[in-house]
This record gives sequence, C-alpha cells and structure tokens, in this order.
Amino acid sequence: MDYTPHTEEEIRAMLERVGAESLQDLFAHLPREVVNPEIRLPEPMPEWAVLEELSRLARENLPAHKAFLGGGVRSHHVPPVVQALALRGEFLTAYTPYQPEVSQGVLQATFEYQTMIAELTGLEVANASMYDGATALAEGVLLALRETGRMGVLVSQGVHPEYREVLQAYLEAVGAELRTLPLEGGRTPVPPVEEGVGAVVAQNPNFLGALEDLRPLAEAAHRAGALFVAVADPLSLALLKPPGALGADIAVGDGQVLGLPMGFGGPHFGYLATKKAFVRQLPGRLVSETVDVDGRRGFLLTLQAREQYIRRAKARSNITTNAQLTALMGAMYLAALGPEGLREVALKGVAQAHRLRSLLLELPGVSPFTPEPFFNEFVLRLPRDPQEVRRALAERGLHAATPVPGEYGERLALFAATELHEEEDLLALRDALAEVLA
Amino acid sequence: MDIPKDRFYTKTHEWALPEGDTVLVGITDYAQDALGDVVYVELPEVGRQVEKGEAIAVVESVKTASDIYAPVAGEVVEVNLALEKTPELINQDPYGEGWIFRLRPRDMAHLDELLDAQGYQTALEGEV
Repeated sequence: MDYTPHTEEEIRAMLERVGAESLQDLFAHLPREVVNPEIRLPEPMPEWAVLEELSRLARENLPAHKAFLGGGVRSHHVPPVVQALALRGEFLTAYTPYQPEVSQGVLQATFEYQTMIAELTGLEVANASMYDGATALAEGVLLALRETGRMGVLVSQGVHPEYREVLQAYLEAVGAELRTLPLEGGRTPVPPVEEGVGAVVAQNPNFLGALEDLRPLAEAAHRAGALFVAVADPLSLALLKPPGALGADIAVGDGQVLGLPMGFGGPHFGYLATKKAFVRQLPGRLVSETVDVDGRRGFLLTLQAREQYIRRAKARSNITTNAQLTALMGAMYLAALGPEGLREVALKGVAQAHRLRSLLLELPGVSPFTPEPFFNEFVLRLPRDPQEVRRALAERGLHAATPVPGEYGERLALFAATELHEEEDLLALRDALAEVLA
Repeated sequence: MDIPKDRFYTKTHEWALPEGDTVLVGITDYAQDALGDVVYVELPEVGRQVEKGEAIAVVESVKTASDIYAPVAGEVVEVNLALEKTPELINQDPYGEGWIFRLRPRDMAHLDELLDAQGYQTALEGEV
C-alpha cells in the first residue's frame, strides 16, 4: 500500500476544475521559497554522534527547574517516586478501565485520588479528573447551571483570564451568559446577584495571588439561589480552609502543582469536587467502592448511565475520558508527602514568596500591586515593560516576571516562589532585576 | 405482561390514566421489566408546559438512563415525590404507587390518539 493521498489522475481532475494548468500554476501566488523551500540538512551521522549533538543543544536551554513564573504553571519538586510509579505498566497502559475485572488496581487508585481531592476541598465527592483547571471550571459551572436550571454566570475578574476564556467558549455553546465582576483593590467585591444567575465563581488565591474571603461571596450566591463555584490551587488547601467549609458548592482547580512537571504547559489534570446532592450532575467518571456477592471489597465505575458512551447526546458532558494518569500522579504525590509534608511544602513556598516580595520592593521604581495577605504568587508594578524585563532576566539565566494582562493594569508582572527557592536564589533574582531595571 | 384496560398507552411505553381533568402518567410493566432495577428518577417541574412527545423525566436503572415522554401536551400539575426516596416503586407497582407525574392535558380529546390496551399489546408483539 502506498501513502500517496492523490493520484496523478485526481490531481489532473482537480486542476481542470479550478482552471489551472499545473500545480506550479496553482501555487503561483505563493512566494517561491515557501512552496519549495531548500532544506539544508547535515550529512548523515552515526546515532551516538546525533545523541551527543542533541545533548549539546539541550545544554543551551535555560534550566527551568527554579522558575519564578506562576499564573497557572509553577515549578515544584517532584519526588522521584511519583515518576517511578507512574511509569509502571499497570498505570501507564490501562486507558479507560471499563472492565472492572481487569482494572481493580487502577480503579482503586482512582478511588484514592477522588478521596484525597474530596478531603482537600472539604466536599463530599470528586470525579476521576478533568483535563485541566480551565476545563474543570467550565464543567463545574455547567453543573451549577444544570442544577439550578438558570443560564447566568457571574465570574470574578480574579479568576485566571485564560480560564475565563475557556469558560466563555463553553458557555457560548450552550447559550449561557457570562458577566465579569471587576476586582476592587485586588479582591472580589461581594456582588448583587441578579435573578437568573445560576453560578457565582471566584478564585482563591486569585490570579493576582491575593487571598479572597470566599464566605460572603458564597452567601451572596446562595441568597439568590445560585451555586458558588470556587477555583482553588490544591497546594493552598494544605494551609487554607477548604472551599467546602467556606460555603462552596463546587470546587475546581488545576493539579499541576501536585507532582507534575512543568512540561511546556502540559499535560495537567483538573479536579472537580462537589456535594453528594449534585452527584447525578457530575460530568465524567466516578469510581465507587462496593462489596461483591462474597462480601469482598471491590471498586467499580458508578453513575455510568449518565456518561457519553451510554447516553450519547444527552450525556452530562462531552468529556468522555479524563486525565487518568496525571491525576494518579497527583494522588501518588499526595500519598508520598502526606498531609504534613504537603503543609511543609506549602508553608515554605509562602515564606519564600513573602521574602522575595520584600527583597524586590527594595528596588527603585518597583511597587506592590497584590494586596496582602497573599499566598505564594504576587504581582508587582515595574518601572519598565514586563515583556522586556522577562526577556532581559532570561538572558541572565532566570525565568521570572510573567507579564500580567492589561485588564488588571499597566506594567504588572507576576512572580512566584516555591519550596525549591533558597535564599540565594531569591537574592540572585533581586540582583538580576536590579541590573535589568538600572 | 400486565396491561390494564383502564388506561391509554404510548409506543414509547408510557401509560396515561384519565382522572377528572388530569391524567396520571407512568411507565408500563414491560418497560420497568426491560429497564431492570430503577435506581433514580429525575422528575419534571410542577407548572411546566409540555408538548406531546417531549422528554420530561428520566428513569435511571443500573444499566441505562431513559427519557420519559409526555403522552399528550399539557401542564405538569403534580409529581410523585415518593420516587425520590424509593425509585424502586416503579419496579414494584408500575401502574399504581410507581406513577411518575400528573398532567393537565390541553385537550382531553388528545388522549384518543393514544393506544388502548389491545393496541399496546399488538405494538409490543411487533417489537418482540
């Protein structure tokens, strides 16, 4: 079998139809160098020489290990046990465990993941994961709209702007209406919630890193008969009161901070947790524990009758698969650290971020933007264009100063610190920024 | 298969029992048997206006989730709240305690367009 997509005969027929003499004629309006680019490849090399060349090129990359970037992807330590376990064939190959008799291990691991997410969020039930934080938010909001039978959504400007874009795309498709609630002084004001709003959404810590008071927002939502959806960094939940305890009906977020490498921005996993009362509105898959006829403990997929492969167009969501492997990596990370370990990781990140902020505020022209208290990310106003600053820092070997979208203000940059950053790293960034701004 | 003669039927296995100016609606013995153990029922909202054939409730069994269609156009005036706690009533007593909702038809004469017990029996035989 050959892989030629079109036969000579088909090409001739197509040319005839459009009135072109030849393929060259057809592409005549395109620049010559684009149509037939000259590809300059080196002479063939032995495999070992290719590998050597590739590692030489790789060494030219900036190490991203201790990046100060935040805003959705952060550099954290990934304990080697996570990678080692995740690469085991049992986890790596079991795609969708529809066959409980052969997938008990994967089902149990998924059940453990769901349990940990439920515990972290203070809610009763979590699904087997979503693709990432943004899709988890969209699915969480759709859940709230189904439950309330309303079509209005009120979202805080403190929710990650990219998450809001994804949400907008999902909501447009179902004809729901999204309204953004502007931040006041870096925080979400308690809004009047009009009739017809089915979901109120806020993020804590918010996009600027500031801690929000979720309880009054949840109360305002509930008074109007809407559900409250909280977006939360799961690592922050090691220290903060869980969204469930603050009145959230639905909690969503991104799991990258739980043991996933930065990996050029993917793959991540999203978590979605809610109350048991809404379990039939939950999209995606849910693993439950049961006993077999002999009373032995076992695990199975439940509420599948709502899933896409059974109910097709009437399914709760078009998400039919999930981020099984990366979600399990999150569970492995949480299990490896334990509640105390997670707390230590979170605490050190908070301490280093606060230290970094005071160091950077020593520099002339740098002013605070994120109100206190904040978590492990914060925004500063710089005296220069943040894009230029980020580039100049990269030239000095540092990944820092994520430019913040203009909707929040001018010349704003986001910084983050984690458990990886030691005092010398913080001082190095301050010195480099001092040079760049000088 | 039990098919009472006092009511009307749809080809989609709903029954409709006239009571004054309303009709009680549920699913047939055949339907409950085909579904298996019913574990959840999603009831319509009282006051909802429905068209004939519109999906207005969902009966979920361990195997599947099936839509329940309005046998005639009208307004939902009552729902069987007992099903929220004990959905198995549909299996135990599909023509009695397992009723699902009560409709006030826009026109009672529309019921005549439905099947009678004999017609439903024939339809079932065609299906088997």
